[in-house]
Amino acid sequence: MRLAQAWIVTQHDLGLLRRRRSVFGALVALPLGVGVGFPLLVRYILETSKSMPPGTLENLLGAFAFWFVIAAATLPVSIASYSLVGEKIEKSLEPLLATPTTDSEILFGKVLAALLPTLLAVWAGSAIFMALCDRIVASRLGAFYYPNVPMLVMLFALVPLTCLVAVELAVIVSSRVSDVRSAQQISGLLFLPFLLLYITAEIGAITLDTTTMLYLAGLFAAAALALFYSSRRIFGREEILTRWK
Amino acid sequence: MIHAEGLTKRFGDTTAVDGLSLDVKDGEIFGFLGPNGAGKTTTVRMLSSLISKTSGTAVVAGCEVGRPADELRLRQQIGLLPENVGLYEGSSAYQNLEYFGRLYGLDERTLRENIERLLRLLELWEKRDVPVSTFSKGMKQKVAIARALIHDPVLLFLDEPTANLDPEASKTVRDFILSLKKEKRTIFLNTHHLDEAERVCDRVGVLRTRLLTVGSPQELKSRLWGSRTVARVDRIPAGFVEALRTRLAPRKLEVSGDSVLVDVQDADRENPEIAAAILALGGRLRQLTQLSPSLEDVYLKLVHEDGGSAA
Repeated sequence: MRLAQAWIVTQHDLGLLRRRRSVFGALVALPLGVGVGFPLLVRYILETSKSMPPGTLENLLGAFAFWFVIAAATLPVSIASYSLVGEKIEKSLEPLLATPTTDSEILFGKVLAALLPTLLAVWAGSAIFMALCDRIVASRLGAFYYPNVPMLVMLFALVPLTCLVAVELAVIVSSRVSDVRSAQQISGLLFLPFLLLYITAEIGAITLDTTTMLYLAGLFAAAALALFYSSRRIFGREEILTRWK
Repeated sequence: MIHAEGLTKRFGDTTAVDGLSLDVKDGEIFGFLGPNGAGKTTTVRMLSSLISKTSGTAVVAGCEVGRPADELRLRQQIGLLPENVGLYEGSSAYQNLEYFGRLYGLDERTLRENIERLLRLLELWEKRDVPVSTFSKGMKQKVAIARALIHDPVLLFLDEPTANLDPEASKTVRDFILSLKKEKRTIFLNTHHLDEAERVCDRVGVLRTRLLTVGSPQELKSRLWGSRTVARVDRIPAGFVEALRTRLAPRKLEVSGDSVLVDVQDADRENPEIAAAILALGGRLRQLTQLSPSLEDVYLKLVHEDGGSAA
């Protein structure tokens, strides 16, 4: 695979993304909302519950931080759906496939175009989140809580893998539908297991510690690998030109 | 430029193209005619290595179709204008061409020069920064043609380039295709506009899953239809028709009202003979005209004759 060729596709798709205000808006708003909104909520909770034990506070922070994984599962779906279904609607895939670019280069370029802005947005949002949380909880915990190992595992293992799974799922779904909204709705179902995990963590049934994060990362690595083969098969030029709806 | 031998494509139980054998010469404009669903687009997709062939062989611009090692080199040498223009509507003409030029590996200078040359040639330079969503169909088609030419391909596949265009836009596109011929580019033109094929193409092939015939429009007309002379005779004396039939034998002869219709092979040589025979038999010749079939007549005859056997 020639990375330079894939990068041309990525640059082009990133250019198109800048013009799609709704997608670009969500990309900025969600991580920023989580990054600023949850620390403010933590401050409010601490002000109203002066006797919260440190363990409970740490669990709460871990659960709130998990929203960045949820963002990573949601945001690239919109980008990838627009990218692929958009090409289907504009019927621009055939001329693209006629260029001396392999299917893998095109797919990789498109995956990168969905991954990079999501990762940047999530990482930027989480940096704000960590800085604000540290400022708010340091006096209560007696030390800065962030950065810590579970958060780093989440940001640099679980978030990228979740992004990848979401994009691969969006590729598969996009090949079967002919409008962006349907692609987003179906791919968006990926949001549900994460929401379930979040709720389970909130009620204290599980703890989102390093071990849990690593287990989840392993699970998502396996899912990403399985979906990679499916999405690569689906994103074959013959499949696209003769079977995509 | 193109050599295909027994090229076949099947989708499950359906045969889209059946045993296509074909040669297209360098610098030629080759028209591929056929009704919808005849396999024209499938053929172009096979020849441009977009889809695999089921069987047969093809060599395009020196590259073997279906050989993985030749795939990218083949695509580098050809330009494709698909049936749907497939432009990025929110992007400008310049941005559309720039993206494809980069994918074809053009350096920045060549890319800028080619974009400017093509957009000026197609009279779109002044509108280069306007989103193509605001363009008319004809203008979009021009951008798509420029995109197919951005890397100076030696072979151009044009799939229905004037479909859905108004007559003026169609003429602009046709004129542009003819101007490409002067540059010695080989063009493979899928069309079901028969007058377009007649005006533009050096040779045409008629496809209906199978290749029914190949030749220049003139050749096909005379080979498959021949030519017919119509003599309008004022006075047809008794026994005139029988006597004329004997004189002009073995030509086929019909009479309709005051007209005598004679099938001829070489009108220039045979018409004086026909006129002389009519006059010699006492007929008063008012008019002698030549009926020539259009490519459309030939096409309809071929396609209808094949109707029962083809898919």
